[in-house]
Amino acid sequence: MRGGHVALGAAGLAAFLALGEAAPRLGLVKEAYVPPTSRIAEALVDEAADTAFWSALGDTLTGWALGLAIAVCAGVVVGVAVSVVPYLREATASTIEFLRPIPSVALIPLAVLLYGTELKSVLLLVVYASFWQVLIQTLYGVQDVDPVAEETARSYGLGTWARVRHVLWPTALPYVMTGVRLAAAVALILAITAELVIGAPGLGRQIAVAQTSQAVPEMYALIVVAGLLGLLINVGARTVERRALAWHQSVRGEVAV
Amino acid sequence: MLDVRGLKKVYEGSGRRVEAVRDLTFTVDAGELVCLVGPSGCGKTTLLKCMGGLLTPTSGEVLLEGRKVSGPPPGMAFVFQEYGRSLFPWMRVGDNVELPLKQKDLSKARRRELVRDALESVGLTDAVGAYPWQLSGGMQQRVAIARALAYEPRVLLMDEPFAAVDAQTRADLEDLVRGLWRDRGITILFVTHDIDEAVYLGERVLVLSASPTVVQEQLKVDLPAERDQLHTRVDPRFAELRTHVYEQIQAAKRGVVRDAVTKSDTPPPH
Repeated sequence: MRGGHVALGAAGLAAFLALGEAAPRLGLVKEAYVPPTSRIAEALVDEAADTAFWSALGDTLTGWALGLAIAVCAGVVVGVAVSVVPYLREATASTIEFLRPIPSVALIPLAVLLYGTELKSVLLLVVYASFWQVLIQTLYGVQDVDPVAEETARSYGLGTWARVRHVLWPTALPYVMTGVRLAAAVALILAITAELVIGAPGLGRQIAVAQTSQAVPEMYALIVVAGLLGLLINVGARTVERRALAWHQSVRGEVAV
Repeated sequence: MLDVRGLKKVYEGSGRRVEAVRDLTFTVDAGELVCLVGPSGCGKTTLLKCMGGLLTPTSGEVLLEGRKVSGPPPGMAFVFQEYGRSLFPWMRVGDNVELPLKQKDLSKARRRELVRDALESVGLTDAVGAYPWQLSGGMQQRVAIARALAYEPRVLLMDEPFAAVDAQTRADLEDLVRGLWRDRGITILFVTHDIDEAVYLGERVLVLSASPTVVQEQLKVDLPAERDQLHTRVDPRFAELRTHVYEQIQAAKRGVVRDAVTKSDTPPPH
């Protein structure tokens, strides 16, 4: 069954790549704008030999990872604090609902004004976009604490901190993990957007440079790299999720008793 | 040991006022095994939570060894009906049992010893590395009991612990509780809606009235200390006692409350 899925998936991808090769060659699309798959692959190989490409990739990953880490830490800490401290949730709810829908890209002028084309500009946008994903999921997760589990912990004399650590945190973890996975994807989008628009060093800027210098196959090659990055991030996030939540019913499946 | 005096609990919220427990007074002596029965919805769980310091009574008080209970007292352990929710699925059995001990000032070796001993007492030595959800319902409740035992409580409160397991498992667990009580000399207050279970387990049975709840009757169970599922349950005295309790519960449901009962009494023999 699983082998069948893999084979079908591979066949679909091969067909897509073949279409990408055939369409420009048959003149269905202009080769100058959409180069055939083989040309893009060649450009990709050339890029891989270029140190500028690797340092751009490194810059993008730095912005992504640092921004995501800050957003996850802040989102979890704020989420737990808001839920644990009485009245704080009610007091912050409307502010959160107001700030959350602001698209991160709308902050690009602000980022440029504050930090120019530095890494900090990228971080500002990445953190703003990812923070809400983590915060909202944490807030939901913390609400999911089972009253029986909570009473059990209280009856055995667990203090506030011990209950946060042993009951609240494990309960919220599946939600937090979902938030982190969503935030990881959003963080990559924002990192590349920031580089593309602001011109901070990274893959995004390389894409913009390739575009303005008419290096169309190189531009596509860089876009493919960005796509692969997104794919890897998602697979990685899911793996981490499965490992951390081996006990959770969404992961463990049915168990024979 | 345990004194409940004039306990009253009223839930207030969204314009509704529910008097769950009206006026409860009774005592449990050290080393006693007392069963509380009452019609469903009579506030048994409310009472137990007030005793365990999980709820604050509206008026009246609970005393444990002469001290007023104002929060969960260290010498008391609670076994809940919903074992599946009371055990933490993210921890292995051994960690579940050990967690409450970490709140006490014990060495790691001592904690290990208590965990092993408690799991051995409930016959689950091998399950220490399993997750609770890998075990059957009866085994999960055994783990919850082991967790309570490892805590070394002087008083054990059990809130309908066997209501959600099948009949055969239930019989085994009843014998387990009686055995542990006799071996360890813990004071046990066992809440149940099952009359047979109350008579089979208890040294004394407290019958509660329907809500708003008062003590309908206190009854001494004069069955031999040595009990087993086969013989005790067909003992004519067992039948008499359970019939008596059953009548009391029916009376409670109809709302016939006997005059205030203050001391233990026994139904007329034969």
